[in-house]
Amino acid sequence: MSGPRIVYNEGYLDEQTKRVVRRALLKGVAIPGFQVPFASREVPMPRGWGTGGVQLTASVIGPADTLKVIDQGADDTTNAVSIRAFFEKVAGAASTTRTDHATIIQTRHRIPETPLTEKQIVVYQVPIPEPLRFLEPRETETRRLHALEEYGLMYVKLYEDIAKYGHIAKTYDYPVLVNGRYVMAPSPIPSFDNPKMHQSPALQLFGAGREKRIYAIPPYTDVESLGFDDFPFEPQRFDQPCEICESTEVYLDEVLIDDHGGVMFVCSDTDHCERTLTAREHDHITEVNA
Amino acid sequence: MNDETPLLSVTGASHRYGDRYGCRDVSFDLWPGEVLAVVGESGSGKTTLLGMLAQRLALDEGSIRYRTARQNVAGGAREDLLDLSTLSEREVRRLWRTDWGFVHQNAADGLRMHVSAGGNVGEPLMANGWRHFGQIRAEAEEWLRRVEIPTDRMDDAPTLFSGGMRQRVQVARNLVFGPRLVFMDEPTSGLDVSVQARLLDLIRSLVSELGLAVVIVTHDLAVARLISHRTLVMKDGAVIESGLTDRVLDDPQAAYTQLLVSSILQG
Repeated sequence: MSGPRIVYNEGYLDEQTKRVVRRALLKGVAIPGFQVPFASREVPMPRGWGTGGVQLTASVIGPADTLKVIDQGADDTTNAVSIRAFFEKVAGAASTTRTDHATIIQTRHRIPETPLTEKQIVVYQVPIPEPLRFLEPRETETRRLHALEEYGLMYVKLYEDIAKYGHIAKTYDYPVLVNGRYVMAPSPIPSFDNPKMHQSPALQLFGAGREKRIYAIPPYTDVESLGFDDFPFEPQRFDQPCEICESTEVYLDEVLIDDHGGVMFVCSDTDHCERTLTAREHDHITEVNA
Repeated sequence: MNDETPLLSVTGASHRYGDRYGCRDVSFDLWPGEVLAVVGESGSGKTTLLGMLAQRLALDEGSIRYRTARQNVAGGAREDLLDLSTLSEREVRRLWRTDWGFVHQNAADGLRMHVSAGGNVGEPLMANGWRHFGQIRAEAEEWLRRVEIPTDRMDDAPTLFSGGMRQRVQVARNLVFGPRLVFMDEPTSGLDVSVQARLLDLIRSLVSELGLAVVIVTHDLAVARLISHRTLVMKDGAVIESGLTDRVLDDPQAAYTQLLVSSILQG
């Protein structure tokens, strides 16, 4: 026997499906923040594990692309490794863990610390695309609210937070207003990452496989995090640097290190952490040699 | 536009359920500041009528006109009686945000039960574009005070409130944005008598203070007597008698109204 028994179409999905997704993407890019319905297909992973993101990636990836997949900031988790291997196999694409080398970055829950460029596409995996979902259960009604631009309800959620906690307590999936028109769920990225979406040079695509929705933010689009005049949006802050690479101004994960409640705070973006550390050690060695 | 024009004008309004009329050929005018009671036994079409007025049920025959300025018309601050069926959904929803309130019989239908009382009252303000937390909260607090909800309960959800308190929160939520017309569907019927009396008293004083026009549906003639200026008596989907409340209740003309009035226990 020679050759594999099953030959997949490039990018796994068949051409018709990719066309459907691309058409939805075009519409999404034309109307920033608007949720475009699409016929979500089955991909070889369970729904809720990033099927929306995988379908988007499959529709935009080609053999010339370099793919990076991050899961909560890490390149080495099971899901990230598997999705990279999947596209190496079915799309013949190269893969990388370096943000600056990637042309497509599929992500769950983070935007990389390294600034993005015009040559990059960010694909977000979205569990719940509807920002009004837990306030208004009816899909017919939420669509109407978006259509008529009635977003008072979104502020009720923020009001409740301030009334209860004295500040806006939502720290992830923080609602944003895109291009001054549609309120959008940015997927469960930390509010720390929200400012990175504003006027980003990269194309940002959002795929919700289970909920069958695609939306997008074209490059250089205004993305404003909602807030009140007297309680404006404030991204999360960290007082201490990463305990491995000593970076500041980055998003930190709390990692348990023993059975006695010991914790350390380290970069959630593993690629950023490694490269900063390597650069620091390199500097150190050069200093010693000099 | 002067006071000679009614706020709401209903002509020959009918709604059918299949081939049966739920409400047939109802006509009346409502002026600003006027309280109109719709009374009748259950199944007489009161709620159907209210549903039609509130644009929740289709108007199968007749017309409903409301005095408002149409948006997007050049130099259009002028108010006119506009047929509601000619308004777009956007305009009708604007009316609900700025001009109309609806007090449900069951407070749970009109409130977000898991949002705090303050949030419930503040929501219409936020829908109207208020974006200053301090102002929203102050206004909500003021309104909760007016409906006699203690300030320290402001951050509790209505699920933790008694029936009477819920109903008062609902009233506040419907008045906070300064509507001109409020629909009320049996606002007091789920409450015990002493609470009913206080709520009616409250509604009456707010209505006269704010100069609201109100359409209140009730099966309770005492409620009609207490707060309304005019009364429509309905039976089998039709209006059988209408007039000043005192006249209708003291000197009923139609046989059915006489029966209705005489069925009240006299103390």
